[in-house]
Amino acid sequence: MIELYVLLGLMIAGAIIAIEVKNLLSAVVAVGIVGLGLSVIFLLLKAPDVAITQIVVEIAAVILLIRATLHREIALKSCGSRPFGALMGIIFLGLAVIAAFATFSSGLSPFGEPLMTVSSFYPMNAISGTGATNVVTSVILDYRAYDTLGEATVLFTAVIGVLTVMRSVGKKKEEDLQENNE
Amino acid sequence: MNAYMPYVLCTVLFCIGIYAILSKKNIIKIILGVVIAEYAVNLFLVLVAYKAGGRAAIFSETEVIYPESMVDPLPHALVLTSIVIGLATTAFLIALAIRLYGKYGTFDVTRMRELRG
Repeated sequence: MIELYVLLGLMIAGAIIAIEVKNLLSAVVAVGIVGLGLSVIFLLLKAPDVAITQIVVEIAAVILLIRATLHREIALKSCGSRPFGALMGIIFLGLAVIAAFATFSSGLSPFGEPLMTVSSFYPMNAISGTGATNVVTSVILDYRAYDTLGEATVLFTAVIGVLTVMRSVGKKKEEDLQENNE
Repeated sequence: MNAYMPYVLCTVLFCIGIYAILSKKNIIKIILGVVIAEYAVNLFLVLVAYKAGGRAAIFSETEVIYPESMVDPLPHALVLTSIVIGLATTAFLIALAIRLYGKYGTFDVTRMRELRG
């Protein structure tokens, strides 16, 4: 699995570049490296459905972020960082990585040996139970369809939120005032 | 030691995202930190599901595929949901950032004085 380590290293490098570079547009493009590397890793880990979704979502997210940083004067504006927060962040996140390492080696089964106690049911019964040859699809749309319904609810709530925040009511009121004055 | 290395690298990626949220002043950098942490969590769940030498959880008509040889399909289904929800929340965060820039004329969170209680 050497390619997995290479891609993970690429993603970590892309994440550090995205966070430390001054130009905001370059930072957004570096996050694109992280997302597309993640998509290739999903393919290597035998999750093709997740990889396709990740590519689509990553492109949409990069387009939205570029929309936010489109103006040149915004893109070149650097704001620096909080020194105290940065120091505390480095100390405690280093401790978190060490604690995670200890927890993984004592509580988690090693990489490549999943715990299949719950989910061995799905591959065994997918064809006879739902008729779907893709087991992931049978889980999403049949065994756990209420979860997908909840996903759709969250998605539409977020869309309503974005439309509410981005609508331009203020401009309409000014136009109305101008019409009244005339 | 080596058996847990992908998990540890994934944790490092998550911590980079959290570091950006904690230490950066620019609101776009904070959003990028949220996005990176979210990718790391999705990656961790798919890493846990991987079976060495396993194959994708798709049956075939022309080939005999045993269910025992498949990777774990349940985290894949849940991560699929999580990715789409992540895009929706990212879009909402970006909309808020664009509105804040329109109101205060800056992306610097320390200069948005009226937000302080």
